[in-house]
Amino acid sequence: MSENQIYTLTVNGSQREVKDSWIGESLLYVLRERLGLPGAKGACEQGECGSCTVMMDGAAVCSCLVLAASAVDADIKTVEGLAPDGSLTDVQQSFINNGAVQCGFCTPGLIVAIHNLLDSQPNPSELEVREAISGNICRCTGYGRIFAAVQDVIEQRGATR
Amino acid sequence: MSTVKTRRDVLGTNALRPDGAAKVKGEFSFSSDMWSDGMLWGATLRSPHPYARIVRIDTSPALAIDGVRAVLTAEDVPGVLTYGLIDQDQPVFAVDYVRYMGEPVAAVAADHPETCRRALAAIIVEYEVLTPLTDPELSLDTSTPAIHPNGNVFRHQRIVHGDTSVVGDVVVEGEYEIGMQDQAFLGLEAAMAIPDADGAGIELHIATQWLHEDQKQIAACLGLPIERVRLVLGGVGGAFGAREDISLQVHSCLLALTTKRPIKMQYSREESFFGHVHRHPARVHIRHHAKADGTIVKIEARMLFDGGAYASTSSAVLINGITHIQGPYRCPSAVVDGFAVRTNNPPCGAMRGFGVVQACYAHESQMDRLAEACGLSHVEIRLRNAMRTGDTLITGQPVESVAPVERCIRETDALPLPPPLIDSPDVLELPGGTGLTSRSENIRRGIGWGVSIKNIMYSEGFDDYSTARCTLQDGVVALKFATSEVGQGFVTLAPQIARSVLGVTDVVVEPMDTTIGSAGSTSASRQTWMSGGAVDGACRLVRERLFEHVGLANGIDALRLVIEDDEIVDTMGTLRIKVTDAAPGVRFEETFEHHHRPTEDLDENGQGNCHVAFAFVAHRAVVDVDVELGLVKVVQVATAQDIGRALNPLSVQGQLEGGIAQGLGLAVMEEVIVQDGRVRNPSFTDYLLPTALDAPEVVYSLIEEPDPQAPLGAKGVGEPPCISVTPAIASAIRQATGRDIRRVPVRPQDICL
Amino acid sequence: MTVHSPRTIDQAVTLLEKYPSAMILSGGTDFMVEVNFNHRKPSQVVSTRAIEELRQWNIDHDTNSIFIGAGVTYSTIESSDIAQAAPALAEASRTVGSPQIRAAGTMGGNLGTCSPAGDTLPVFAALDAKILLASNAGRREVSFADFMVGPKKNSLLAGEMVLGVSLPIIEGWQGYAKVGVRNAMVISIASACLVRNASDDSVRVALGSVGPTIIRARAAESWWLDQGAPRSSSEMHTEFGARCAAEASPITDHRSTAEYRRHAIKVLCTRLAARSTSR
Ligand SMILES: Cc1cc2nc3c(=O)[nH]c(=O)nc-3n(C[C@H](O)[C@H](O)[C@H](O)COP(=O)(O)OP(=O)(O)OC[C@H]3O[C@@H](n4cnc5c(N)ncnc54)[C@H](O)[C@@H]3O)c2cc1C
Ligand code: FES
Ligand code: FES
Repeated sequence: MSENQIYTLTVNGSQREVKDSWIGESLLYVLRERLGLPGAKGACEQGECGSCTVMMDGAAVCSCLVLAASAVDADIKTVEGLAPDGSLTDVQQSFINNGAVQCGFCTPGLIVAIHNLLDSQPNPSELEVREAISGNICRCTGYGRIFAAVQDVIEQRGATR
Repeated sequence: MSTVKTRRDVLGTNALRPDGAAKVKGEFSFSSDMWSDGMLWGATLRSPHPYARIVRIDTSPALAIDGVRAVLTAEDVPGVLTYGLIDQDQPVFAVDYVRYMGEPVAAVAADHPETCRRALAAIIVEYEVLTPLTDPELSLDTSTPAIHPNGNVFRHQRIVHGDTSVVGDVVVEGEYEIGMQDQAFLGLEAAMAIPDADGAGIELHIATQWLHEDQKQIAACLGLPIERVRLVLGGVGGAFGAREDISLQVHSCLLALTTKRPIKMQYSREESFFGHVHRHPARVHIRHHAKADGTIVKIEARMLFDGGAYASTSSAVLINGITHIQGPYRCPSAVVDGFAVRTNNPPCGAMRGFGVVQACYAHESQMDRLAEACGLSHVEIRLRNAMRTGDTLITGQPVESVAPVERCIRETDALPLPPPLIDSPDVLELPGGTGLTSRSENIRRGIGWGVSIKNIMYSEGFDDYSTARCTLQDGVVALKFATSEVGQGFVTLAPQIARSVLGVTDVVVEPMDTTIGSAGSTSASRQTWMSGGAVDGACRLVRERLFEHVGLANGIDALRLVIEDDEIVDTMGTLRIKVTDAAPGVRFEETFEHHHRPTEDLDENGQGNCHVAFAFVAHRAVVDVDVELGLVKVVQVATAQDIGRALNPLSVQGQLEGGIAQGLGLAVMEEVIVQDGRVRNPSFTDYLLPTALDAPEVVYSLIEEPDPQAPLGAKGVGEPPCISVTPAIASAIRQATGRDIRRVPVRPQDICL
Repeated sequence: MTVHSPRTIDQAVTLLEKYPSAMILSGGTDFMVEVNFNHRKPSQVVSTRAIEELRQWNIDHDTNSIFIGAGVTYSTIESSDIAQAAPALAEASRTVGSPQIRAAGTMGGNLGTCSPAGDTLPVFAALDAKILLASNAGRREVSFADFMVGPKKNSLLAGEMVLGVSLPIIEGWQGYAKVGVRNAMVISIASACLVRNASDDSVRVALGSVGPTIIRARAAESWWLDQGAPRSSSEMHTEFGARCAAEASPITDHRSTAEYRRHAIKVLCTRLAARSTSR
């Protein structure tokens, strides 16, 4: 694939054409600036903050470190694709209820990382939760309310299982 | 007879953020998410040198690049060439000299960020490199050449109080150093500047802490009347002081006015490290005199703050530092000298704690030593000297605020300690974590204390106020204010106030912009008090009007009416009417300005009632230290904070925990490393912020003694959490290791070498 | 920039021959930082994402060796049977970056970057790993010691790529330890891998972040052998640690000081030696 070539990404289940782009653009840039999906945030562009976390083929990755043009065969899911329009996932609702959101800049990345964790490990220990989000920096909350939010989801999901 | 009804989300409840849903879904628009048809991108050229004379700038090669629409330098600034919060000494673009690495020299507008980068690279700037002044001690030396026409000293202030000849039975003395911390908000600086169609005005969408102050400074630099510069708050991804000064505001507006196109500007993380002020690094020399029983009789101190190249808020930070050097302790006599000086280091200004962080690290380190010298425990020494309401500060100002220092200490002390370290814990619980450096036999545990006093609101005679408007129609309230929501939760609190005062449920918060009067800055822990007071005042005025209306309609004295839940009730009769139904179609609108009581300047001896009010907090930290490797894990922080009243306990908890994490950062990992005026670590790879695996367990107690001065009884809660936790952690490290630690952040080599 | 996505190794090496200046892209966790920061603007990129073969690994108990494809990620190493066969590699992998970095980052990329702080590299050095390389001209194997030739420098030739790494399965104890100033997501300021061979009680130890390349503390290793069994006294371990530290050649930079790095090596190697004999 070469300079300014059109390519197609699979994002949130739909095929999205990327046109007029420079081929060196990161997935984060393409999502935000080309595909109108600003949910993933950029705060470092070097993998050190996790604000840009998306799911790619079932793994949480930093979209700033994915060369978009190399992700043509991947299944990409962003925060926008987690819940149908107008609704919230249990993790999203729990973040609100537990005060896990302050400025909210880290929030989309964290929500994706936590969904990814709970998909593969429905009953993580507190330390497992901490490790799973250790690549997501939050400057506002000190993480306490985030842990509480995750704990609530674990308990609710456990109760309904 | 009243039936019990519940109406959610009044004051005192855990009302949830109205912007929460948008934020968790990724739909909330941060300033970096803004987009405008036909927009261009702006970018800044910065000095590679800490100190140099500009010999020549040639912008023509950049202008020749296809897609470049404007290249601006100091020559293109139509208004005043400099800006600043207190002293306007910082150039929009460098004039003749660059005085710090990263100082803006030029700005470009182009059709694509990549074109901007090429344009910046094409601008020719010839520098005559000069030797930077980087040691703040040298700035005090009158033989050092001035690096700025205003001189090398921003401010010197002395405090002389009480009987300065007193000598203690016990004297402890120390020299302490605090490193440069960065606010490191996550949402980088970003703005969208949209020129008016007639080219004579501008609308700026910006993430800032203080819309009106920005507006004033921008208008002056643009040479426009203030009403032609309109600011709208863009979504703010954290602030912590770093958005109080101008960064890209003037540049983006100038580019927009020049190109007649909307301009989007946003900093990268690296540029952000150069684009905003940091926490002042400081050196503090301090001597405590006490009686043999530990009662403090005098302090002597010298504080030196390195303000970097431009003034920003250095002079105010200095005053906070020296007026808080006694800590939350009684101190009858004092001699303090404070200096804030200019160097060719990065400019420093506001950060959460504002000068008090530096003072607190020094006085709390001293309290530990004093305890040891007097044979008292760390808790006893603090209780013995704890300040009370009515005590006099070293500035001569009486403490009229509720001052529950003793209670802060006792309640912190009563909070449970964490369980002892078990024999084979998960590696993630040990210092070094997955690095597998330690086993529990390598670990020693320490417990340390920190207690602090923090002024809230602005000081030194500043007539600080906040404005709010309340509109009520058919039971729906709309609130308007220019209070910057930076994540702290004023958008949650304001509707809570309206619901409590007016008995309504539906409250709309209108966009924050400059179409209403100033709200002051979201800083100094002041918005709950100041903007809370303004919203409360506006709602109360509307309530009066509503009661008048209902009174008139029902032929009763309005003074007999009160709000009960969602009804207006006649206390002396039977009338009971829902607020929603009380005045169909009638619109009530009131605006209120809340001013706090006046403060005074300090005199030449540092005497005067310069602060409005104070809040107090105690922290106890438990750390595990790998003594051989010098690695630290903060296990638990216990805190009791004097908050006046918990208007939203969940928000308070979030402020406590968030502040503690920032104070932990300063204690053990966060430092902007500057060598010869050059920042060595402007990235998140090397400027380390606490992660989820570094955050301690936080146990807390809220001390609710409503402050009669405070409009809602509540003190601000933003800053205190991050202040005394740093010395508490350092103290715990001392306890664990027996090392004499004088500096924060504490580096591994400070512990083990 | 052109991005090629070959599906086989043959296709990849053909492309690399055709475009000798092409850059190989694996997990992107180093590569994209350079692109995002404008430090590199490759005109040709060969992405290994679609090459299934690079993501394979094989544990051969007959030859007592493991082969790990260059495209195997850290999270795979941590969670697969590689972790039992090469525990030190799994420990090193777990210390890399964050979960997001470990999900994307690969061993081949760590070798491609060849930073002295690369966490798998001391393990490869200690295990005398063989790196399997391929180009259109054929395949060759080099020892890790010959592969890493300087800070961020390796001996890959133009047109060559890393296919994977062969490691011996060694009966005995092995472990990795890394010092960083944060409890997660941190670049090593000193690290060490120690492998103790049960058959002859020899040890091999390699040091990271304390020299231009990974350093094998060979003098300390032979000193160890010269000591009589059981080699389990804490004095001996301390002495061993000090001898390892003597072989480090650290520098001072914004992350740490030379003095601390050397000290940390002493402590880490002492502790690894003690752990190696504690069971
Ligand atoms: C936030 C963050 C934290 C990090 N923390 C750590 C850490 O703790 N420890 C650590 O060791 N590293 C760390 N890294 C660095 C990085 O993750 C590792 O070096 C990783 O192994 C790189 O692998 P990759 O697959 O992402 O490589 P890429 O980025 O795709 O490539 C890296 C280099 O290797 C070359 N390359 C890739 N594959 C091949 C191949 N098959 N043959 C030849 N050359 C090849 C590329 O051309 C490029 O030069 C971190 C990075 C980030 C962003
Ligand atoms: S922007 Fe991708 S990790 Fe920070
Ligand atoms: S809520 Fe602001 S960074 Fe997490």
